[in-house]
Amino acid sequence: MTGVAGTPETQTGMRTTGLRALLRDRPIIPLVGLLVLLVAAIAVAQPTSVTPSWAGVMIRQAIPLSLLAACQTITFLTGGIDLSVGAVASMTGFLVATLVGHQGLAAAIVIAMIAAALAGAITGIGVGVFKVHPLIMTLGMSLVVLGLANVWQLIMVQTGAGVPSELRWIGSGTFAGLVPSSLLVWLPLTAFLLFMLRRTGYGRLLYAIGDNPVAARLSGARSWQVLVVLYVISALLAGIAGFLFAGLTNVANVNLVDSFVLPSVAAAVIGGTSIMGGRGGISGTVVGALILTVLSSLLTVLGFPEAVRQVVFGAIIVAVAAAYTRVTAES
Amino acid sequence: MTPAAAPVAAGRGLAVGALLRRNTWSLGLLAFLFVLLAFTKLINARYDLTGIQNLGISILPLAFATVAQAIVVISGGIDLSLGALMALLSVIAAAMMKGQSEQFAVLVVVGVLLLGLVLGGVNGALAVVTRVPDIVVTLAMSFVWGGFALLVLVRPGGASAVWLKDLLAGSLFTEAIPKAAVVLVIVVAAVWIPLAPSRLGLSIYAIGSNRLAAFRSGVAVGRTRILAYVFAGLFAALGGISLTATTGIATPVPGPYTLNSVAAIVLGGVSLAGGRGGLVGPLIGVIILQLIRTDMTFLNMNTNLATVIQGVILIGVVMIGSLLELRRARA
Repeated sequence: MTGVAGTPETQTGMRTTGLRALLRDRPIIPLVGLLVLLVAAIAVAQPTSVTPSWAGVMIRQAIPLSLLAACQTITFLTGGIDLSVGAVASMTGFLVATLVGHQGLAAAIVIAMIAAALAGAITGIGVGVFKVHPLIMTLGMSLVVLGLANVWQLIMVQTGAGVPSELRWIGSGTFAGLVPSSLLVWLPLTAFLLFMLRRTGYGRLLYAIGDNPVAARLSGARSWQVLVVLYVISALLAGIAGFLFAGLTNVANVNLVDSFVLPSVAAAVIGGTSIMGGRGGISGTVVGALILTVLSSLLTVLGFPEAVRQVVFGAIIVAVAAAYTRVTAES
Repeated sequence: MTPAAAPVAAGRGLAVGALLRRNTWSLGLLAFLFVLLAFTKLINARYDLTGIQNLGISILPLAFATVAQAIVVISGGIDLSLGALMALLSVIAAAMMKGQSEQFAVLVVVGVLLLGLVLGGVNGALAVVTRVPDIVVTLAMSFVWGGFALLVLVRPGGASAVWLKDLLAGSLFTEAIPKAAVVLVIVVAAVWIPLAPSRLGLSIYAIGSNRLAAFRSGVAVGRTRILAYVFAGLFAALGGISLTATTGIATPVPGPYTLNSVAAIVLGGVSLAGGRGGLVGPLIGVIILQLIRTDMTFLNMNTNLATVIQGVILIGVVMIGSLLELRRARA
């Protein structure tokens, strides 16, 4: 997965054990192993639960999360982060649900995506041109988006809101009761992202800027343009994820996706993308999102409350980030 | 006048000039604060000493959070777990004081302050030991602390000792001096005035300004970073206790203190890059941010729009801050 990112740093003279080298060069293999382990744990805790339809449910829940995590992945590559994904995704889902009655579905989706792109462009300008730290910029932007969505909610309160049936189908429907229909959205998007990161000059620029911004600038990269486009892409992805979340839960709410922001960061970190930039990729992130969904399900099966889930997720991020920092450190 | 006296006088003039120049930002903020106060009086003729008293009480939690954030940022880190840490310490204090004697509450306060030191130390130690960027560690830890807060109290509850409430409510000597402000100034001065010129204080500035140079001049970088977080933990505990004391109960959901503290320190002239700034500017920044919010209520502004404006102010302040930094870097 990290073929592109197979940077010279992996050729340090450090003597490494097999596991370390594996984690460093092919993180996807131990990740899949971890996933299998978690599924086995659920099978032990509740033997009747692991069925094909259960797998379908897991995948259906992991798909929107993996799109949000893709936002984190591509922004991580440049050394950034996008914490506004929760607000943007909630906003697009809510906009479509409130607009669909008057405007029709297609127009509602277009309007929601334009709003998302606008938020992304402003974030990108803040990060790229004004050099605001992405974390501060995206947190501030999520306040702005959330506030505006709330104002919109007050305006629209008379008309009411309902998630259109098309979104419900794409978000929570299945083919033959098994294969989630959200794959129709997820497959092309993920293929596009894989292609973008591995095969296009733009993808290389993302790695270059994250790996060494000065070298990237000296070799002619206009980093501010790259960053503006990047945050627009990220906001659009978050917007699409918002449709899926609204369809999955059949809820249109301005806070719907907020609780998925940290898991999206966690999925990208677990997937082996470095928050410092320059290393990682989408495929690890997808496995990371699956791992978190299964882990969440395991904690539910074991009867832990939401609070414990938060603690566990936070602890996992620190632990996994520490492990990656250790195995990839040049020393 | 003897020939020797002239240079001395000139030197003194220079010192005053330098003092003014060094504190231009704080003095400018102070001037802005007075303009804002005049504006407040203008839009609400009834704004008087009671208003200032309320201001003194309402800024207290954010003021402590801001001091904590300032110390960490000066040392070159950032603490995104402050809001959650304050919520955790606040619910622990409230849950333990409920139904207990006034004397026991003294023990609780001391215990919570010590716990704050320890938890702050955990943040710092994790960042130092794992070598994961501070921003990631503290973001993840914010969920750990928030999860623990929910485990202590599921919903708002607990109680505060009466003496603790009395300590912060009302005014001292004259109506114009809120007790809360006196407590704030005494506590912050008691820690900061001995700390800032000490070896540790200088080390905190040194590692924030240039970590490698500090290391080569013999500063124990890791230990100093952890100690900065320990101080942040202490002030987070003070903030948590003041939350419990001023509201009489505690809420397990983190308030907006993390982001607002970042806005306040940047507004107060602390560089997010570390090594520059003090505590006076940030504290004036806190008063300004709170007064702006008061003014928005006086102007009968929709609270959601107020959220938007808060986000815009946050982004704007940080943008201006980084623009100034860019210019300074070029000069």
